Amino acid sequence: MPAGTLYRGREGMWSWVAHRVTGVLIFFFLFVHVLDTALVRVSPEAYDTVVATYKTPIVALLEYGLVAAILFHALNGLRVIAVDFWVKGARYQKQMLWTVVGLWVVLMLGAIYPVLGHAARELFGS
Amino acid sequence: MSTTETTASGIGPVEGAGASVYTVDNPAPLIEPPRKRTKKSPKSTRGNFEMAAWLFMRLSGVVLVVLVIGHLLIQLVLDGGVSKIGFAFVAGRWASPFWQVWDLLMLWLAMLHGANGLRTVINDYAERPNTRLWLKGLLYTATVFTILLGTLVIFTFDPNIR
Ligand code: HEM
Repeated sequence: MPAGTLYRGREGMWSWVAHRVTGVLIFFFLFVHVLDTALVRVSPEAYDTVVATYKTPIVALLEYGLVAAILFHALNGLRVIAVDFWVKGARYQKQMLWTVVGLWVVLMLGAIYPVLGHAARELFGS
Repeated sequence: MSTTETTASGIGPVEGAGASVYTVDNPAPLIEPPRKRTKKSPKSTRGNFEMAAWLFMRLSGVVLVVLVIGHLLIQLVLDGGVSKIGFAFVAGRWASPFWQVWDLLMLWLAMLHGANGLRTVINDYAERPNTRLWLKGLLYTATVFTILLGTLVIFTFDPNIR
């Protein structure tokens, strides 16, 4: 790695990589999500059949991953906006990244029960 | 670092070496800023599209935080999470114009924000002109299709379809 680089290989680069990967993932999910919701125009049965598969434990895990991606992209997006518009944004970008990561961990812990609870009850009995 | 100290002429020790050759009677030549537009430079043929796109990513991002986090709370967290979702639940929510507008705004902003983000990604990685053309063509087609389909579904939703 070249000496004296502020960006490459450091927090700034990895948060950018994660922002890009999560953004692309969310976009692909959104495409599928609009298609599945469009089934309400086909019939209530068609919609309910597809949504039933979303209530299985495996999809619950995927949902948890989706929540993880969206929460990171949203929080880090606010950080990017702060870096661009707040005079001290660039100076505090690292501190803001760790704030983002901290908030993300807390929110992800909080999401365990609501998002994965029904899957746990199904797998291990209520 | 002591290079910030200035001499009487306002020039630092590095540039002026202590004694400046310029005085009030012999001022430094005015250097025109690079790329300054003059009467001779040709009219700009470009608009400010990239700047508008940059700004749109930030403005839509702020609005999307509210719309998307609210959406996740309602659909996945409150009232038993995903277990409650079904045709009846959708019918209940779209009975209110408030949630129709919410979902419509979220659909348009998220699709345009995501599509513009993907345009950036394609610009970064696809190098051959043909590859870029096809990838962007695919992207724009999928985006227009998804926005139109979603909009149609929200506006023509019929709770008594059966
Ligand atoms: C939840 C609130 C959101 C916020 C605050 C947000 C914020 C941002 C910001 C500020 C950027 C620009 C980054 C830059 O110019 O370096 C960006 C890029 C991007 N966003 Fe979002 N976004 C949000 C939601 C979404 C959604 C829902 C999608 C998908 C549909 C998405 C997909 C993308 C993509 C693909 C990029 C391009 C990434 C890149 O160029 O590396 N974002 N986001």
